[in-house]
Amino acid sequence: MSKLLSVEHLTMQFGGLKAVNDVSFTASASAITAIIGPNGAGKTTVFNCLTGFYHPTHGRIILQREAGGTVELQHLRKHQVAARAKVARTFQNIRLFAGMTVLENLIVAQHNRLQRASLFSIAGLFGLPAYKNAEKDAVERARFWLDRVGLTASADVPAGSLPYGQQRKLEIVRALCTEPVLLCLDEPAAGLNGSETAELARFLRELRDEHGLAILLIEHDMGMVMGISDHIVVLDYGRKIADAAPAVIKEDPAVIRAYLGEPEAA
Amino acid sequence: MLRTPLREALLRPLRDGALAGFVALVLCLPIVGLPTSETANGLILRPRIPEAIAFAVAVFLGRFALGVAEAGRPRPVALIALLVAIAAPFIRFAPEFSAALAIGGLFVALRASLLAFPTLAGRITGGVKIPPVAIKRAPLVILALLVVLPLTPVIDRRLLDIAILVLTYVMLGWGLNITVGLAGLLDLGYVAFFAIGAYAYALLSISAGLSFWGALPIAGLCAAVAGLVVGGPILRLRGDYFAIVTLGFGEITRLIAINWSSLTSGSQGIAQIPRISFFGVADFTATPDAGRHAFHELFGISFDPSHRQIFIFYVILALALAVNAFIARSRKLPLGRAWEALREDEIAAQSLGLNLQRIRLSAYAIAASWGGLAGAFFAVRQGFISPESFSFLESAVILAIVVLGGVGSQLGVVLAAIVMIGVPELVRQLAEYRMLAFGVAMVAIMVWRPSGLISRREPSIRLGAAP
Repeated sequence: MSKLLSVEHLTMQFGGLKAVNDVSFTASASAITAIIGPNGAGKTTVFNCLTGFYHPTHGRIILQREAGGTVELQHLRKHQVAARAKVARTFQNIRLFAGMTVLENLIVAQHNRLQRASLFSIAGLFGLPAYKNAEKDAVERARFWLDRVGLTASADVPAGSLPYGQQRKLEIVRALCTEPVLLCLDEPAAGLNGSETAELARFLRELRDEHGLAILLIEHDMGMVMGISDHIVVLDYGRKIADAAPAVIKEDPAVIRAYLGEPEAA
Repeated sequence: MLRTPLREALLRPLRDGALAGFVALVLCLPIVGLPTSETANGLILRPRIPEAIAFAVAVFLGRFALGVAEAGRPRPVALIALLVAIAAPFIRFAPEFSAALAIGGLFVALRASLLAFPTLAGRITGGVKIPPVAIKRAPLVILALLVVLPLTPVIDRRLLDIAILVLTYVMLGWGLNITVGLAGLLDLGYVAFFAIGAYAYALLSISAGLSFWGALPIAGLCAAVAGLVVGGPILRLRGDYFAIVTLGFGEITRLIAINWSSLTSGSQGIAQIPRISFFGVADFTATPDAGRHAFHELFGISFDPSHRQIFIFYVILALALAVNAFIARSRKLPLGRAWEALREDEIAAQSLGLNLQRIRLSAYAIAASWGGLAGAFFAVRQGFISPESFSFLESAVILAIVVLGGVGSQLGVVLAAIVMIGVPELVRQLAEYRMLAFGVAMVAIMVWRPSGLISRREPSIRLGAAP
């Protein structure tokens, strides 16, 4: 597996607090890399550094480009991470455009491509065919992903009116509509019931295996993490305490002490 | 309705009434009871203590009656209150007292009869649902009416004037709706762009001799540039802070217009702004200047001073429709959807690659340019502008039209502009009660339509309709 993302000596300091302290790890293409650890370990902070919401105090975040070459994420601003580096993310507390319809959410995700096609609105205002075709493509892409997660029937309802589980799904496919090379999911299974979690796990595997997508996953549901991850990074108090395949992590004494806990005596 | 025993039905209202009466007394004593009047010897007090007490007693009775009605005896209360309202004009005490008694009596009677006939109340308040078909068809009907309006015999000069005024506010409301409704930015200084457009046109036409049609786009451009320059730094602010700064910007613009006398002739204003011409081809005068044509000669009709006014009506109609067409179109474009996405959740929108600064700035500047065009129109219609026309109150009225109509709703803005601008102009003789009626309308909106007259949002794209 080729290396897609490498995080080198990442440190994020807030005043006297080092939320992330000298963390290095890599994520491979077409693989699911999980970041786990207790609450407050710095997992979401790592995500925020990756996606331009924070600018790290030290360290580098290097992404391989599809076309060759690399791009360093630590200097990019929020919208540039999605637009230039093709890294998409979801949020721990779902952030949809609640008043807009499901389909509109997915069309907004394709903003930059459509904006170029509409010649920054000028061609769009006059309804030129180039824009119409681009919009048709965008709708098709949206329909493709909606079919995949079974939301096609709800395409024209406001996103905020969907049930919770479907909102989670919508947020993921919205990120996918940006056509990312790396998808960062912040606790996608939070609040889902057992069958929804299983469905999510199946979907993420499909993304990896069929679409060759690299996924970075923060999750507390250990059943799902151990089941689908190719690689796990464990954080505790901002430091990396382990970095290995799931089978190894399960047995790691440091991880058990900090996070997993002793297996209950049967 | 639950009927409580008589003793209880009277006790609580009595207590509530006493409290309300006391508050009224505290308020009325200084306001009603101690008015000053100017005499040759200076300002003197003319105490009107009995009047103040009468008002407090009226408030007590009103609150008491409402309480009794709510406690299960609305019918007698409605009857008595109605009688009081009818008798009020014949009370020879103080004219304000009679008016207050009449309005208060009617209010109590209305409330009590709504309680007495709850099904009726439901039909009036909760049951008002504007059917979607009506919303869909209404714009076409309104448009058709507007196009033929100036040609119908019922219209006179005054009515046409009011229609022009209402349309100006509709255009401003639609323009502001881009910032407030679509982009979700609370702009309290929209009048600044209106002013910039008006001054730009006035100065260009007087000093550079540009015609209305030549100066109109430049006025819009000036306002857009002002929007870009101001918006650049202040769009970094969020929510309330943004609103406050725009409020300041509106006031600063007005103060500049007052104080930069060499350019704007200060608070005297600019007069004798050249009149509108028929697309630069002909003028609306009985006797055209040498080398110019007159409109009536061009068409071989007899001169009528109302021609200009009718033309102006069509100009503002066209301008307003242009804004509307622009908004309808841009809502279906990536830009318009990006405005709405940033309104809904700016964090998520940025994570999808939307450039917050640039997109918001575009909304602000585009709204500004429409405001500037409206300003140029205002200047050419009035022939005179002064800083007084661009006070904060104007911003507030435009914003009220947008909020009252339903943020983001185009048709709602039209209805709100008619209610807020047209109706008060039509019933000028009731001018004293304008503010009162305005307050009542606001309260009614808050109670029954808290998200505006029309709060339905039409999706910009549908999967079903897509090919």
